[in-house]
Amino acid sequence: MYKYTIKRILLMIPTLAGAAVLIFALMRLIPGDICELRMAGEGAWVDPQAIKDCQNNLGLNDPFFVQFWDFVWGYVVFDLGPSMWTGKPITEEIALRFQLSMEIAIIATIVGVVIAIPLGTISAIKQNTWIDYVVRSFSIAGIAMPSFWLGIIIILGLLISTQHFFGEPWMPPIEYTPIWVDPAQNLLQLIWPAIATGYRYSAVATRMTRSALLEVLREDYIRTARAKGLIEKLIINRHALKNSMLPVVTIVGIEFAFLMGGLVVTEQVFNLNGLGKLFVESVLNHDFSLTQALVMLVALIFVVTNFIVDLIYAMLDPRIRYS
Amino acid sequence: MSAATDASNLQDADLDTVLDRRSAWEKTKNLAKKQPLGAFGFAVVLLMVFMALFADVITSYDPEDISFGDMLVSPNFDFLLGTDQLGRDIFTRIVYGARTALLVGITASVVGAFIGLILGVASAYFGGTFDLLFQRFMDVFMAFPLIILALAIVSIFGGGVDKVILAITIPFIPRCARVVRSNALAIREIPYVDAARAMGFSHTRIIIRHMVPNVMAPFLIMITAFVGQAILTEASLSYLGMGVQEPTPAWGLMLQGGAEEYAESAPWVPIFPGVAITLAVFGFNLFGDAVRDTLDPRLRSQQ
Repeated sequence: MYKYTIKRILLMIPTLAGAAVLIFALMRLIPGDICELRMAGEGAWVDPQAIKDCQNNLGLNDPFFVQFWDFVWGYVVFDLGPSMWTGKPITEEIALRFQLSMEIAIIATIVGVVIAIPLGTISAIKQNTWIDYVVRSFSIAGIAMPSFWLGIIIILGLLISTQHFFGEPWMPPIEYTPIWVDPAQNLLQLIWPAIATGYRYSAVATRMTRSALLEVLREDYIRTARAKGLIEKLIINRHALKNSMLPVVTIVGIEFAFLMGGLVVTEQVFNLNGLGKLFVESVLNHDFSLTQALVMLVALIFVVTNFIVDLIYAMLDPRIRYS
Repeated sequence: MSAATDASNLQDADLDTVLDRRSAWEKTKNLAKKQPLGAFGFAVVLLMVFMALFADVITSYDPEDISFGDMLVSPNFDFLLGTDQLGRDIFTRIVYGARTALLVGITASVVGAFIGLILGVASAYFGGTFDLLFQRFMDVFMAFPLIILALAIVSIFGGGVDKVILAITIPFIPRCARVVRSNALAIREIPYVDAARAMGFSHTRIIIRHMVPNVMAPFLIMITAFVGQAILTEASLSYLGMGVQEPTPAWGLMLQGGAEEYAESAPWVPIFPGVAITLAVFGFNLFGDAVRDTLDPRLRSQQ
């Protein structure tokens, strides 16, 4: 296990290095000069000296390997340089929004898992009955429904229902309230985007719970448990559910990493100033240094999450012995 | 009826189940009975194709026709699903939007899966260092959520239907290549591949004639499974303003801007395009599940 952990950590390095190269190359593929594009936009005239200064400031005239080294080294020392659009340090811009996005992601995970495990279990036990069909439709709909549309519908629902019950329309506030300042206000603000992203999450996890449980229920030891007269409830809770949680853990981990992608759209709908919105703005503003830093951050979270999932997997299942 | 014919009928029926000699129509009927969700999905897919092909017959309006006299009209007999903030008929834009969605969804998944198929089979066939390096290369692409990579690509090439297709195709290639590769690895060990090599066939011929046809099942599964995801990604990109551009009718685009602003006074503006996206992806996913269950016997009983 110890050896395996070290090996996995070492294997992460080439993937991350590759990701860094890929992003770096992609950002250099952008046609035209970045400074010119930024300052002149669609054909306006700009002092050539200003463009040259801008290039020098951003280090765009340095050789590629120097630029690449700056980019990678920036990640090691947590100093990613200035944003090309605002001029503020990128590290600061990210730190400002990290908490908000992480909080939504965590609440969405909780919402997803709390819905998924009971639903998936019922669906597996009542396989091929109308309950099963309803749950399956519900979960397939969750994968089909765009989270930004669900967000719009949630806002619409909130507006209409608050208007109806309190006589005054209410919308979740845009200004972020940190959890230690006012937990209730914080939850009231973030629960809605968390539900919008969490529905898809729960859908994926429900399907996984169902199929994992169905597989376990066919095992010999379940038949043995039934044969010795154990009541069905105990069979499910004690014997089946525990052993079917492994793939569910995996899918929860993988989906957590994908949540980062989901947040990009959800934050836009709820107008929340998180990492996703920052990313969209950076792309729209042609702020390449910021785009580059953010995409790398997502890759980092993704790879590290996968690593943690593998470790948890090994801990949960004593049969898995990595060499 | 004599006992003899009864017996022969019985035998025939048994043989039918063993040899699977039923007609195509019967098979379809059986499949629909066994997989009602899959049949429903197929119906939705057919409806979408029908809408895309006969858009100009289904509706008499022009999807790009702006009419300030008919702004935000609620659904009625003239405008079945109402009009948007520019007075365009929402039903018409949804029908034409099916074209955009299908074009992006199907092109991205077919092209992506095809490139993934070739790369995956080649990687498995050659093995060794090439396979190892190729897999690490694919890992790098897989380290990004689909929409993030698609957004990064769009930020380089800009919006528009063709760019969106490119942005969705590229992230799909490694996902397909990985699945195809793991299937092709098993096929490589089957003696007929050795036999083909012993006969002196070229690598290209062995890959295309002997290996590719045998990984068709996972290939088709990947295509059908991905169409829904591609439509969803296109909608997200368009919603963010970085996908399909106005005035092209696209469902995600219809939810952008005005949709939120007028949500309360004109709820039909945000509701119907979202229903269209959900239904389309829902249909393709159900259809994809049914295709997978049919083509992959190992998964058949589980789902």
